Amino acid sequence: MEGTPPRILVVIPAYQEERSIGGLVRTLRERFPYDVLVVNDGSTDRTSEAAREAGAIVLDLPCNIGIGGAVQTGFQFARDRGYDIVVRIDGDGQHEVEDIPKVLEPILAGQADAVIGSRFLGETEYRGSIPRIFGIRFFRLLVNLTTGYRVTDPTSGFFAINRPLIEFYSHHYPSDYPEVDAYILMHRLKSRAVEVPVRMYERAEGKSSITAFRAVYYMVKVTLSFLINCIRRFG
Amino acid sequence: MNRVTLFAICASAGFLLYILEMVRRRKLREEYSILWLFGSTFILVLSLKQDWLVGIAHAVGIVYPPSFLFLVGILFILLILIHFSIAISKLHQMNKKMAQEIALLKTKTNERRGAP
Repeated sequence: MEGTPPRILVVIPAYQEERSIGGLVRTLRERFPYDVLVVNDGSTDRTSEAAREAGAIVLDLPCNIGIGGAVQTGFQFARDRGYDIVVRIDGDGQHEVEDIPKVLEPILAGQADAVIGSRFLGETEYRGSIPRIFGIRFFRLLVNLTTGYRVTDPTSGFFAINRPLIEFYSHHYPSDYPEVDAYILMHRLKSRAVEVPVRMYERAEGKSSITAFRAVYYMVKVTLSFLINCIRRFG
Repeated sequence: MNRVTLFAICASAGFLLYILEMVRRRKLREEYSILWLFGSTFILVLSLKQDWLVGIAHAVGIVYPPSFLFLVGILFILLILIHFSIAISKLHQMNKKMAQEIALLKTKTNERRGAP
């Protein structure tokens, strides 16, 4: 594939995001030459139509299968259509699309297999709720201790991966908090993962998947699945 | 034969027949019926042959034979519940896979219809 430019796909999982998705897709289409894929995770509002009208390719899941499953569907699409790099961002306007080239750069230069956008590197104005910050600290410790990756933002949903990881994740991708869990999979594949600073904003639309009440439950669940992924076999 | 023995025999035989009938009518899949059939046969045999129950209970060190039955019952229910959890996990996985396949296929057919 020497000489041909890499094919890049931006994957956006979306659930009930009709108000923000159209603008986001339009901005992406205007600024970048990349294809945009919106994975509609069983939304009952106009998420799907809004994304399609704005020029995205849309995958409509027949029912809500959760964030991990939705993102995995995006990887399957990218695998089948021969994309070289997938960039994954949120559909609610939390991520700054201008930072996409920064996340792509180390992969294009062949220096990394995965690049994760961190909201805690460099200057940042991000402020999360207390359970969210506590959860991020806890997962940071967990990832650093078990994989040796130096991670500042383990729950970041803004990342780019190259072809080998696309293929692997299209088969094995965790369901809840997939980003945390994905580190152990990367570690086991001996992938080179680096973080770059990106800007993130408080969500403009939609609801966070984390509420104070569910935080502890998710932490236990993700920790368990993380530890089990350390010993699981992947055939 | 005392009344409790008669009751135990009727109940366990009725249970066994019910399970068999459900399998026959295809309301219960064979793979799930095995544990139920095994359990109900076990109970039926022990209610027919109560001296066996006493013998087994004493052999494992249980003084009061009926409490051996409770133990067996609880272990049996646990086993079935685990079995169901595994089945649900499998179904969950299949469900996710199917939703993903459907979404991918839908896009493919739409594209074909749009640009032949």
